[in-house]
Amino acid sequence: MSNDARTDGGTVTEADPGASAGLLSGLDAYRVLLYLGLLGMLTFFLIPIESGLVTSFKTPSGVSGSLPFAPPTGGTFTFEKWRAAFDALGRGLINSALYAIPATVISALLGSFTAYGLTQSNWKQKYKAPVLALLVAGVFIPYQAVLVPLSQFWSMIPLQEWLGFLWALGINNDYASVIELIITHVAYGLPICTVLFRSYYKNMSEEMIEAARLDGASIRRIYRRIVLPLSGPMFAVVLIYQFTQIWNDLLFTLVLVQTESSAAAPIVLILAGLGTSLEGQDFALRMAGAFIAALPTLAVYIAFGEEFAEGVAT
Amino acid sequence: MTRNTDTGDDSGDAVTDGGVAEEGQRSGFSPVAALNERFGSDFVESSQFWLPPFLLVGLFVYGAIIWNLLISLTDFTGFGTPDYSDLDFQMYSRALADSGFVDAAINTFILLVGFTLVTLALGLGLAILIDRNIRFENTFRTIYLLPMSLSFVVTAQFWAWMFNFNNGVINIVITSLGLGRVDWIGNPDIVLWAVMFALMWQFAGYAMVVFLAGLRAIPNEHYEAAKVDGASTVRMYWRVIIPQLKGSTISASVVLMVFALKAFDFLYSLVGGYRPPNGADILATKMVREAYANLNWAYASAVAITLFVMTLGIVGPYLYYQYNRGNL
Repeated sequence: MSNDARTDGGTVTEADPGASAGLLSGLDAYRVLLYLGLLGMLTFFLIPIESGLVTSFKTPSGVSGSLPFAPPTGGTFTFEKWRAAFDALGRGLINSALYAIPATVISALLGSFTAYGLTQSNWKQKYKAPVLALLVAGVFIPYQAVLVPLSQFWSMIPLQEWLGFLWALGINNDYASVIELIITHVAYGLPICTVLFRSYYKNMSEEMIEAARLDGASIRRIYRRIVLPLSGPMFAVVLIYQFTQIWNDLLFTLVLVQTESSAAAPIVLILAGLGTSLEGQDFALRMAGAFIAALPTLAVYIAFGEEFAEGVAT
Repeated sequence: MTRNTDTGDDSGDAVTDGGVAEEGQRSGFSPVAALNERFGSDFVESSQFWLPPFLLVGLFVYGAIIWNLLISLTDFTGFGTPDYSDLDFQMYSRALADSGFVDAAINTFILLVGFTLVTLALGLGLAILIDRNIRFENTFRTIYLLPMSLSFVVTAQFWAWMFNFNNGVINIVITSLGLGRVDWIGNPDIVLWAVMFALMWQFAGYAMVVFLAGLRAIPNEHYEAAKVDGASTVRMYWRVIIPQLKGSTISASVVLMVFALKAFDFLYSLVGGYRPPNGADILATKMVREAYANLNWAYASAVAITLFVMTLGIVGPYLYYQYNRGNL
């Protein structure tokens, strides 16, 4: 963030004030072209978002009667679509948070456990390798390959009966799907969490752990006293990555929650059907809805861009 | 055996457990010591960390894939439960005779290859631009990577609007250049390329980040040596720098291909239903539609296995390559 703050001063085309005279005279066609290219790409990446943002504030006549990237003018400006989108999606925001946050935390913790058990402990590489290979391969599994069994599995588990005490408290029994989503996302998120933590633990200082082992510390104690406290930066990366993945995923919500009329419908599921009807498409509503659904992950990205980049690059 | 130790040391005294087991070895047979003897000294003690998650992944990933394979051999449709007594490959022959399946397989392949190539190319271009010692590097990089943090469901909304026939940005730009409007989503010959373009927009930032890490790992001397030899910038990148990005290219390609195989979320949200626009049906969308809209569970499972085998064909060699380089 400090870097961003620094860049706020000055315009992009301005020459670097710290550059020597030689460099200044080197501000030639090449440099100009370079920045033109960078700005062109900036436009390319921002225009769909900008166009969506301005459209979400337009009245229907504004949507059809003005350029899609032009801001709304006087008479065509309205908050109506944002209000309508929030009415439709508000409950989805809460429902999504109900499973996304627990699933993120649990999968990160378990991923840390797994990576630790497979990295900082002495057992034969010959046997470790297949365990690791199976976990790493799990990162790349197309979820379609497990969907039908997943539906079968959850239809066989009598979750409704087990959670009877919750329904007795007056909670809508649609919320059983929240539990299903948490366990499902933890199971399929574990491989990537393990891979991320493993790359971190492999580079962790061996001496400290060796010393602790010589002192007779148990594996569990070493984790609690040494490895876990040092895992902070990686937890940031994994939590951010996992939260984004789980919040953004549609497929599991579609299969496990099935219908947007469910009381527990996550926001992506409601958004996927928003603003499309037989009479035509309400693009202003769809855009406003898209921004509401994107707000949590956008906020996380803007606050922790570095960690996010590290997560995707590993 | 391991189960016992898992639940046995909940008190947190793993040390004493291990100690007791080792002493027990002298006085008689101890299963813990026998396991440690076979697999390594920490095997049993460390299993409390990795075994439960491993079993969870084993059950949900590998158990489910085997189960899926079994279901694909049945005739399971509609409501009820599959009948496992009569197994055959009927669903696979049905797939080969289904023109919808063949089209979806071809589309999947086109999307896979086309999307990966254009995204790699754009990502590499962005990485090189960013790496040219520019100002505001962080700002540019952050914005280029931003679409990656958005849901497919969200980006599908944006691109449905971008590709809109009457008032979408793309058609406005095209008509201002003097060309005619194009029905990007409605024309079955074009829609797949439009989808590819939108996905490229979303994932080019990812390829950029991977390439940037690769570029930064190249020692400065290589650039300087090329400069001294009088090579032009283009020639330097083409001859000296890009060949050194093999590792980055391979990892980025694999991840991008897997993303392309998963493009279901995007296509579903583009139209808000199981039936993607004509000409854009891929195996991922066909599988979900057959299962959850048509209740053809066994057939959907056979499509899923096809998709899985395609993924294995990409990921298998990659994992083997990483294993040989000692990266696993």
